[in-house]
Amino acid sequence: MKRHLFRLLLGTALVALLGSASAQTVRVGLAEDPDMLDPDLGRTYVGRIVFASMCDKLFEITPDLEIFPQLASGYEVADDGLSITIDVRPGVVFHDGTPLDADAVKYNLERSKNLPGSNRASELAQVDAVTVVDDDTVRLDLSEPFAPLIALLADRSGMMISPAAAEELGEDFARSPVCAGPFQFVERVAQDRITLERFEDYWDADAIAIDAVEFLPIPDTSVRLANLQSGDLQIIERAAPTDLGIIRDDPDLTLPSAASLGYQGITINIANPEQRDDPMATDPRVREAFELAIDRTVINDVVFGGEFIVGNQAVPPSSPWYVDDYPIAERDVERARALLDEAGYDRVAFELMVANNPQSVQLGEVVQALAGEAGFDVTVRATEFATALDLWEQGDYDAFQVGWSGRLDPDGNIHSFQTCEGNLNEHGVCDEETSRLLNEARVTSGFEARYELYEEAAMRYLPNRHVIYLYHQQLFFPHTASMQGFDAYPDGIIRFQGVTVD
Amino acid sequence: MLPFVVQRVLTAIPTLAIVTVMVFGIQRSLPGDPAVILAGEEQDPQVIAFIREKYRLDEPVPVQYVAWLGQLARGDLGVSMRTGEPVTSLILTKLPVTVQLSLLSILVAILVAIPAGVIAATRKNTGWDVAGTVVALSGLSIPNFWLGIMLILFVSVQLGWLPASGYVPFFEDPVDNLRRMIMPAIVLGTGLAAVLMRQMRSSMLEVLSQDFVRTATAKGASGWTTIVRHAMRNALIPVVTILGLQLGTLLSGAVLTEQVFTIPGFGKLIVDAVFNRDYAVVQGVVLFTATAYIVINLAVDVLYALLDPRISGGRA
Amino acid sequence: MTGAVPRRIDPVVAWWTSRPMRRLRSRPIALVGGVVVLAFVALAVLAPWIAPYDPAATDFLSVRDAPSGRYWFGTDEIGRDVLSRVVFGARASLIAGVISVAIALAAGVPLGLIAGFYGGWVDEVIMRITDALLSFPFLILAVALAAALGPSLQNAMIAIGIAVTPTFVRLMRGQVLAVKNAEYVQAARALGAGDGRILARHVLPNAFAPILVQATVTIAQAIIAESSLSFLGLGVQPPTPSWGGMLNTAKNFLVQAPWMAIWPGLSIFVTVLAFNLFGDGLRDAFDPRDA
Repeated sequence: MKRHLFRLLLGTALVALLGSASAQTVRVGLAEDPDMLDPDLGRTYVGRIVFASMCDKLFEITPDLEIFPQLASGYEVADDGLSITIDVRPGVVFHDGTPLDADAVKYNLERSKNLPGSNRASELAQVDAVTVVDDDTVRLDLSEPFAPLIALLADRSGMMISPAAAEELGEDFARSPVCAGPFQFVERVAQDRITLERFEDYWDADAIAIDAVEFLPIPDTSVRLANLQSGDLQIIERAAPTDLGIIRDDPDLTLPSAASLGYQGITINIANPEQRDDPMATDPRVREAFELAIDRTVINDVVFGGEFIVGNQAVPPSSPWYVDDYPIAERDVERARALLDEAGYDRVAFELMVANNPQSVQLGEVVQALAGEAGFDVTVRATEFATALDLWEQGDYDAFQVGWSGRLDPDGNIHSFQTCEGNLNEHGVCDEETSRLLNEARVTSGFEARYELYEEAAMRYLPNRHVIYLYHQQLFFPHTASMQGFDAYPDGIIRFQGVTVD
Repeated sequence: MLPFVVQRVLTAIPTLAIVTVMVFGIQRSLPGDPAVILAGEEQDPQVIAFIREKYRLDEPVPVQYVAWLGQLARGDLGVSMRTGEPVTSLILTKLPVTVQLSLLSILVAILVAIPAGVIAATRKNTGWDVAGTVVALSGLSIPNFWLGIMLILFVSVQLGWLPASGYVPFFEDPVDNLRRMIMPAIVLGTGLAAVLMRQMRSSMLEVLSQDFVRTATAKGASGWTTIVRHAMRNALIPVVTILGLQLGTLLSGAVLTEQVFTIPGFGKLIVDAVFNRDYAVVQGVVLFTATAYIVINLAVDVLYALLDPRISGGRA
Repeated sequence: MTGAVPRRIDPVVAWWTSRPMRRLRSRPIALVGGVVVLAFVALAVLAPWIAPYDPAATDFLSVRDAPSGRYWFGTDEIGRDVLSRVVFGARASLIAGVISVAIALAAGVPLGLIAGFYGGWVDEVIMRITDALLSFPFLILAVALAAALGPSLQNAMIAIGIAVTPTFVRLMRGQVLAVKNAEYVQAARALGAGDGRILARHVLPNAFAPILVQATVTIAQAIIAESSLSFLGLGVQPPTPSWGGMLNTAKNFLVQAPWMAIWPGLSIFVTVLAFNLFGDGLRDAFDPRDA
């Protein structure tokens, strides 16, 4: 105890002597506590932020969404699209010193596919076999061409963990993960912090100028911001759009941002669990009336201070995959009323389920007020998130305000929701032709060819309006002005390559 | 004496048994499927099926209950479904945080309550006494989450005097630790201060009505010291009892206080686990607190019986 | 006393001049508490006439406006009048306070009576369950029950009601035990009085005062509990205004719109304080020790 105190005093004295030079720790404020720190089991967005500092991937993206090799050094897709050869970057080691070679890559891809409960298994479903060609080369054999694969290998499926550590730790791996990223795991105190320190043998060590990273879950946006302003944190994720005024007025803060890859919208349950008979479910005219009754710009202005991006598709208007022939409808209360008349209704009542956080409730209340003017009696049902998920899974809801965090490849934003057998098609839509087009887009390569397929599909599913896309988040990462070289990425992940702190 | 202790221990056993049934029953009646929550955004059906099987969620609830009891018997509280961390280690990391918060809030309460109680009693039925009552009841009436929000607003945001949230272990940086804990301790201590102050006031009044007081007051200042000391001794037994009984209240208060100040203690652990449907954590932690409550009250009763032998005989 | 026939005493006058009432009246702060409680009840009942605006009416051009002549308490995150919402919010809080205590009384008093009166294994079963309930931290029990039942005002009241029931079981049982062995009750029993008669004549009248005091104080506690649940998103559901729910939203706008947090919190505080002052006065008034 005494010795501990002595070391503590000594430590304090040293820090005081060396001043800011040794204070190269960046403290990051997260909106929630991450889950399992195992890339194959992790499922949360905040978890991905932590992984980005700890676990490098086979591929990486630029802020402009260009994919480039990270732990890979190159790749080649066979002409028939049925196999991909990946060159493994030589000389890379994991945090425990295990070399990252072709065997390690094979181990990782097979683990992602076969580990019981792996959240990555479905992403790698098309990968039939992984073969070690030589020390620095692996070949992936696919059951069918799969265009989104490289994009998936630029995310958690492509994260490499130490095979030695994975074997040794088994189920406990998530409690002391060992990867090949710029920072290595030090400790985690649940709901309090995750501490990482610089990995000296990092393959790209020159890109890293900070000594340690600490992630602190702080759920309240205003408290997160207060901590940033007091200098307790250096950067926070998901700053509330309504807080931006304060941030911009603060000369000690910088506010980078990027448009999210995801979307937010209202999903209307049209079939589950059995054919529903309420007008919103049965009559596309009623859904069209509803869309015309709401005003995306008002929603954006009132709830998000006009900081987000209004949209009407699964990808934002700035995306190359956006379908220009399907523009955002203007609010038109007259036309909405006329459509309701035509469908034979005076007023239509339904329940809108929203997550019970203040912002979602606020969104629901704005929709309620707007749609009310056109003849919709919307009941906002703020539901605790766990319960909402359950009701959604069981198809026990009328409409649900829900979104998607977004994936690099458009397939990730569309396929699971719009195909008949899609994982996330809990709203019960099924159009064979749409499914065919979306499946076709998966096995097709080349932007032009794929775009045509996505466009054709969009012109089928969008007018049905079972998902009414509303807006896309702008992701804000306010940080202290003393931090430099930080870029905001559309995937919402915080990367420390090239970041310096004065 | 001994039979009394034995009897109290024996009644604690069925109580604990009922507690296990309640913890398990309430928990399983929460809507929402942990497997669905754990499966995340992707909702892969195979992952959901795997999680259900792994945590035996597809078995009948009574079977799960018996399995859990078996686990408990082996001293195993299970692991968090969300992070894979053993519940025992979660309890061990969170307990010191909430214990420190509680101790600090008791300290705050005592510092406020004792002088206030003495003043109110010595000036009974004056403006001071009335003011004391109003202040004490205000402490009981102020919603502590609101007080917390207001302190953050004025002390942290407007004045920038203290950090708005966060926790640093005491042995890592005592000064920073106290800077972060002082507002939560005040928030949590207000209610307790009110209860203690009233207790102090009535103990003091009782002392003041006794004969020897006249002699003591005649002695002047030193006499007052005697009175206060006597009142303190008189107040001690009820205060100990109150602290035992208030343990539950403190924990309840800690739930919201920790939520508002983002302190990673027991309260936050439980609330987050309830919202995440992290069954093992909710069960383990609530069982732990309930057991602690029962054991502490048992200890208080026994202590009480030791201090005052009439109790063990006269218990109804 | 004039005349041979005693004047019939008006029951209201009798009540007003009874000893506890006289003592209550001599405690001005308790009376202030009572008056404030009545004022909030009036506010809740007359809300539609008092509130300047419809509490659900949004004005998207006045989002988070600071207090002004138009909106005395300012507006909230979607341009609703905070004053009107505070006025209407009194309803949820008072209803929650009163109904949940009524639930606890309806469950706790009979159980306590039975446990105390019959003793034996019935007593054991009831008291062990009561002990078990008491061993849960109150708010955690309420949170778990409210989450299990689903978030709504009604379920929050049930959850709080269940969570405070043990207090009344214990209190009632204690009252019964205190009276049961008293000589006059033994005498009544010897004279052939049945259980029902003993309960009605001797037990209940004695228990009335402590139960009333406890109920008043528990209403205060229940109001805080309801606002806590709403603060956690487990109470009153939007757009119905409730003080706790308003605070839940307000904490996101502490810097930009502090008025959103100040008024609802102050309302909870004042209402609860009023109940506590009144309950405190009642306790003193009924205290048999202090003449």
